[in-house]
Amino acid sequence: MTTENNGDQENMETTTTPSSLSSVAASSKRKVINTKAMGTGLEARGVHAWFGNHHALADVSLDFAAGTVTALIGPSGCGKSTFIRTLNRMHEFIPTAAMAGQVILDGKDIYDPTVDVTKIRLQIGMVFQKPNPFPSMTIGENVLSGLKLAQLKTENKDDLLEECLVKAGLWNEVKDRLNAHGGSLSGGQQQRLCIARSLAVRPQVLLMDEPCSALDPGSTLRIEETIEELSSSMTIIIVTHNMQQAARVSDYTAFFLSDGGPGQMIEMAPTNEIFARPRDKRTENYVTGRFG
Amino acid sequence: MSTTSSPVDYSAVKPNRPWQASPRDRAITGGIFALSVLIASVSVKLTGFSGKLGFFASFVIIFIAITASREYLRFGNALAKDTLVNTLVAVGAFITLIPIVSIIYTVVSRGFKGLYPGLFYRDMSLNAPNDPLNVGGLGHAIVGTLLLVSVALIISVPIGILTALYLTEIKGNLSRPIRFLVQAMSGVPSIVAGLFIFSAILLPITKDNSSILGSLALAILMVPTVARTAEEVLNLIPNDLREAGVALGGTQWRTVAMIVVPAAKSGLITAVILGIARIAGETAPVLLLAGGGDKFNYNPTSGPMGSLPYYIWRSFGAGSEEAIARAWTGLLVLLLIVFALFAAARFFGNRKVGK
Repeated sequence: MTTENNGDQENMETTTTPSSLSSVAASSKRKVINTKAMGTGLEARGVHAWFGNHHALADVSLDFAAGTVTALIGPSGCGKSTFIRTLNRMHEFIPTAAMAGQVILDGKDIYDPTVDVTKIRLQIGMVFQKPNPFPSMTIGENVLSGLKLAQLKTENKDDLLEECLVKAGLWNEVKDRLNAHGGSLSGGQQQRLCIARSLAVRPQVLLMDEPCSALDPGSTLRIEETIEELSSSMTIIIVTHNMQQAARVSDYTAFFLSDGGPGQMIEMAPTNEIFARPRDKRTENYVTGRFG
Repeated sequence: MSTTSSPVDYSAVKPNRPWQASPRDRAITGGIFALSVLIASVSVKLTGFSGKLGFFASFVIIFIAITASREYLRFGNALAKDTLVNTLVAVGAFITLIPIVSIIYTVVSRGFKGLYPGLFYRDMSLNAPNDPLNVGGLGHAIVGTLLLVSVALIISVPIGILTALYLTEIKGNLSRPIRFLVQAMSGVPSIVAGLFIFSAILLPITKDNSSILGSLALAILMVPTVARTAEEVLNLIPNDLREAGVALGGTQWRTVAMIVVPAAKSGLITAVILGIARIAGETAPVLLLAGGGDKFNYNPTSGPMGSLPYYIWRSFGAGSEEAIARAWTGLLVLLLIVFALFAAARFFGNRKVGK
């Protein structure tokens, strides 16, 4: 997971910080990682985002090593959600949206005009803030909906269904009612159903945009366990307002802040460092709750 | 702690609804009702308010006045106003029901006489509207109406729903003018649509009546209704679902077809029902283009075609007692067909997945 092997010339100015971080990432990683199955992580280079004339996000370069969990923290309006939505090209769904910079997956910019955007979104899945199971489908159909949407074939649907629901920590609760409506589940179960749904297309990277903000502590705990389990097989990037959650689930934490202008990435470091010895004063103020 | 011993026995506690009207309250309401009826009937005799309408109006005013003043004495100003508004709303709803119920009552009571089995499989090719009610029938008119409506449906439902999808999903540059035109078109009088097809197709090209031309005119009337209703329904589908579909690797078209449209299904069916309701009783364009016939015609592409509105119009025109009874029976059958379509659409629209 280095930027050098991509061999692009235009990223010279942005390589210094990410590559130094990625070497930290490689050394501090405790888990055994099968890099082939989960790809080579994801890398943002100099990403800017606009909504109309409003410059929402400026020059964010971040390197997400394969098999790591990265938490994006920061106050509301600092561009975390905007940033995560640029990573799987959901940003462009807002009519006035614009962006600059590159997002590199498998050595290729996902914004390259030759890239098939639907393939990108298969490789980079997303879980949204509000649970959004498809109302016209059963629990089972919801999990497999990605296959139908992307017209993928699979040999054994039942195995895949079980595998995804087990990974999302929902199997035991729903195995007897796979034909019930997704809407009949509780909020926390619906969110785990949405996680199972995004796992079914086997993404390398999973983006989670405040996945627990609408859930009670019990469901939050279940989802954090799910993230823990998934992190051995994929790269996870999670936006959260809950710093304890960031501390619990993530290997790395990136702090975003807007000082009235566009949101910026202030600091990224291994999670224990950012909470114990933040390099930037602003990060320290935020993580210690002295923000103001 | 009841965990170690047997559970606490709550059987002595009875479920209660203290917020509901007690028998005494109901008796008082009934009393106010009776008193209002009494005062209203006296005032009809003594004042300028007379007849059924006068009775109803004075009853409503008196009933509302008494109920509101009682509430004012019991609970004060705010609740008295609340009661006043609630009663007005209930009266409004009741007034809406009056024409609907009386139309259904009139049609059923007058049309009932003309019903006999032959009605549904005979036509009027050998009979005049003035003949006795046990000869002839309106089978041809049912066939005609069903053909006219179903061909119009086949033409306008895809156009209407695709228009709605363009407005809500693609949101292209032409959305504003299209939305404006669709809204303007929903006010087009039916005879304008009929004359348009008459001058654009019948006169220069076919030079003959056929029901498909009638269906074209009906489709012109139906498309705006279907498109507007479908657009409103599709706008209610949360954007989250569209984003979720696309984030799973679906193309926009697959997301719309697999997620948005199924989620909006029952609303889209309502849009189609409203479209049918708009056209099923249309007479003018059908008369102009399909011509109106008295015998069975199963071919929508040629020859004059009867229809229920035409049958009703012609029977009323004939004027005799039998003919007018025929017309009422025709109205009854038309109502039944519209209700049947309505019920069928509701049935298919409400079937749940996973059963």
